[in-house]
Amino acid sequence: MSDVAAPAFAPLSTGVSTGRKVKDRAFTAALWVCGGLAMLPLLFIATYVIERGVKALSLNFFLKSTGIPGQPGGGIAEAFVGTAIIVGIMTVIAVPLGILTAVYLSEYGRGWFAATVRFVAEILLSTPSIVAGAFIWAVLVVRLGAFSGFAAAIALCVLVWPIITRATEEVLRLVPQELREGALALGIPRWKVILRVVIPTAGAGIFTAVMLAMARGLGETAPVLLTALGNSFMSTNAFGPMDSLSLRVYTDAQSSYPLDQVQAWAGAFCLLLIVLGLSIGARVIAARQLRRMR
Amino acid sequence: MEVSGLNAWFGDHHVLRDVHMEAGEQTVTAIIGPSGCGKSTLIRCLNRMHEEVRGARVTGKVLFNGTDVYAPDTDPVEVRRRIGMVFQRPNPFPTMSVMENAVAGLKLGSRLSKSELRQRGEHDLRRAGLWGEVKDRLDQPGGRLSGGQQQRLCVARALAVEPEVLLMDEPASALDPSSTLRIEELVEELKDSVTVIIVTHNMQQAARIADWTTFMLNGEVVEADATEKIFTAPADQRTEDYVTGRFG
Repeated sequence: MSDVAAPAFAPLSTGVSTGRKVKDRAFTAALWVCGGLAMLPLLFIATYVIERGVKALSLNFFLKSTGIPGQPGGGIAEAFVGTAIIVGIMTVIAVPLGILTAVYLSEYGRGWFAATVRFVAEILLSTPSIVAGAFIWAVLVVRLGAFSGFAAAIALCVLVWPIITRATEEVLRLVPQELREGALALGIPRWKVILRVVIPTAGAGIFTAVMLAMARGLGETAPVLLTALGNSFMSTNAFGPMDSLSLRVYTDAQSSYPLDQVQAWAGAFCLLLIVLGLSIGARVIAARQLRRMR
Repeated sequence: MEVSGLNAWFGDHHVLRDVHMEAGEQTVTAIIGPSGCGKSTLIRCLNRMHEEVRGARVTGKVLFNGTDVYAPDTDPVEVRRRIGMVFQRPNPFPTMSVMENAVAGLKLGSRLSKSELRQRGEHDLRRAGLWGEVKDRLDQPGGRLSGGQQQRLCVARALAVEPEVLLMDEPASALDPSSTLRIEELVEELKDSVTVIIVTHNMQQAARIADWTTFMLNGEVVEADATEKIFTAPADQRTEDYVTGRFG
């Protein structure tokens, strides 16, 4: 071909020094151990709760309400119903409120008012849940003169609203500005741009935020104790005392009857399962939406 | 369209200084100039997109069919519907299919029936020269098309609301040469029905497609004239230096 010699490349050096190999292995191992350690607590909790809780699971456990103390055959049906109603009311109130606040903060919020709202959400986020419970006890339970599932739902809203707001604001901010501009440039009014372009684009993230918030509300005990009080009879009246799953675990665990204590483990197991289901569900649906967009 | 005494700021940064410009009906006007000269800002002032940026401010007049786009009682939504825009980077809506993207402006801005929407969608995808390539994948997400196809989808989407003016902000700068050529051909075809104002950093592109060319430098219009004049016998020394490639 041509008589110009191809430039010679120096060969790649072979053989990495032993010292470097050892260091590499050591760090890799250390990282694996750290990863394993992070999973350990969940693994322990899960096996412990499953081991102790599964025993007490029976059809009666789900279908019957509290029976005679110390006698087998009772269940915690009223706790399931109570949790469903309380978390249901919480979701219906907190989700729209949280999402609307997030839309305000991300799409409109400028100046001191937005800064204040963000600051308040931040403070609420780190408020101990018992404080929220005590507050709602003072303003709702005392005023209305009755413990109620509704008051519990409101107390949970106080805790969950900032979670939804902050998480949703974050994902709304991730929506590229170009999409908003592209939609505005078509002569679409801003509210429609937000509703039909911005929110759907952030949909998976918003959905995840809502699921995680629901999981949080599900597990809270202290504020429910102070507001819903607990009830060992089946009750669907949201304006009277109600039982909830987490509350029931708390009271059963304190009981002197071994049967009740086992029931507490079973309740804890159910809580774990529901929360896990919510988290996994959120992830699956989010992944599915992301795949559709690609 | 007629721009007079236009000034624009980003915060304290004065990006446009006393800009005057005209664009005749059914012509193609190119705005050229080096990076950072304010050509994108100028085009974004024409349909009031500039104010979408935090801290942005505008003074001056932009006359569209004789009415001031910035008059207090002018509705920016109507301005943007009648003065469409195609952006530098293709921005199809990721949650919508190809067809939904094409008719997004109509669907969210008018009350057309499903079959009417489809018809209009097909019509505008044809106008954007995209129909043949996408007619079998209308239900796929818009984001799955190639970059050049996405940009033509954005052109179709902009055309669907029947704007009288189409603003194009470096529409081909993110595209490969053959996609660029398609966009340029498209501009040629559109000229009969809409007024096109196109920002470009590519002088050959301006020379190929524009009837009129405006040369900008440091936020000011240096010279505006027929394209041929700008590229062969510019009046200003700075224009000559730029178009002959001496700077920029």
